[in-house]
Amino acid sequence: MRFSIAVIPLVLFAALAGVFLLNIDKDASVVPSVLIDKPAPEFSLPPLPGRDHGLSRADLTKGNVSVLNVFASWCIPCRAEHPLIKRLSREASVPVYGLNYKEKDPQDGVKWLDELGDPYAAVGMDISGRTGIDFGVYGVPETFIIDGNGQIRYKHVGPVTVEVLEKVLMPKIEELKG
Amino acid sequence: MIRRFKLVFGALAILLPVMAASPAFAVNPDEMLSNPVLEERAREISKELRCLVCQNQSIDDSDAELARDLRVLVRERLIAGDDNEEVIDYIVARYGDYVLLNPPLKPETYILWASPVVLVLLAMLAVFAFYRRKKRDGSTASASLSKDEQARLDELLGTSKDNGKSE
Repeated sequence: MRFSIAVIPLVLFAALAGVFLLNIDKDASVVPSVLIDKPAPEFSLPPLPGRDHGLSRADLTKGNVSVLNVFASWCIPCRAEHPLIKRLSREASVPVYGLNYKEKDPQDGVKWLDELGDPYAAVGMDISGRTGIDFGVYGVPETFIIDGNGQIRYKHVGPVTVEVLEKVLMPKIEELKG
Repeated sequence: MIRRFKLVFGALAILLPVMAASPAFAVNPDEMLSNPVLEERAREISKELRCLVCQNQSIDDSDAELARDLRVLVRERLIAGDDNEEVIDYIVARYGDYVLLNPPLKPETYILWASPVVLVLLAMLAVFAFYRRKKRDGSTASASLSKDEQARLDELLGTSKDNGKSE
């Protein structure tokens, strides 16, 4: 009896330590998306100034895997991840679409892409941020992987790093390509 | 004394502007609805919704851009004729249960909701066990002082009494 009571704090401590150990690598600020395995929302966005094609849901349902990258010229981490989005677009052999999120001036997105290079198959301009909300975007940059049926299969929140690109996004894209 | 005055004055100089600034509202006048009933409902709903950028503020409190967009969206849904629950469902469909500051009761949250009750019950059980054991063990422990201890106590008490009188 006395022994079993003495063991309780030890067991509790071990349980807590276990919980902490399992969660130590998790970023608590990342909110899991409810849209995973759900169809991408209906949307139709106008093109950047001076371009012909915007972006709509039809682009995501052409039967091939695609990537949707949410970016903005005012977003510093977007600048940081941009070379990797270019690399993704080069190496993954799937179309990478851009969702230009909440620019103050429509020209800002164009200037940004002129300066840094444009890896996107098409870019839609979401000035109001409403399409972003429909996609559950809460912090740019965000990167969605969408399967051929237009279902959202993966979402990465925050800048894509080399590690995320090589160990998460590319394998996921390959897996979906089948 | 002057130093203390300086300290108090310094503290006030820092605190006063902070205190004066605290009743600021994140909801801007241009967002507000002209219909006071709808606006009141919008405020009510906004207080239930978490700002995903700051995470521990409601969208009603937050100055974040996304919080503003969501406040406007809430008002749009209300004008479109949604009831409060429909508006909240609309946001939850996009951002998940996490957006609710008050977590819903469902299988995934049973542990969360049950934990306070379980903890109180466990604590009561522990207290109960403690007193029962104390009662059982109480007879074996010596309740009274030994002769030496009693003598020492008297001496100490006596001394302290004398001191009390002499002062």
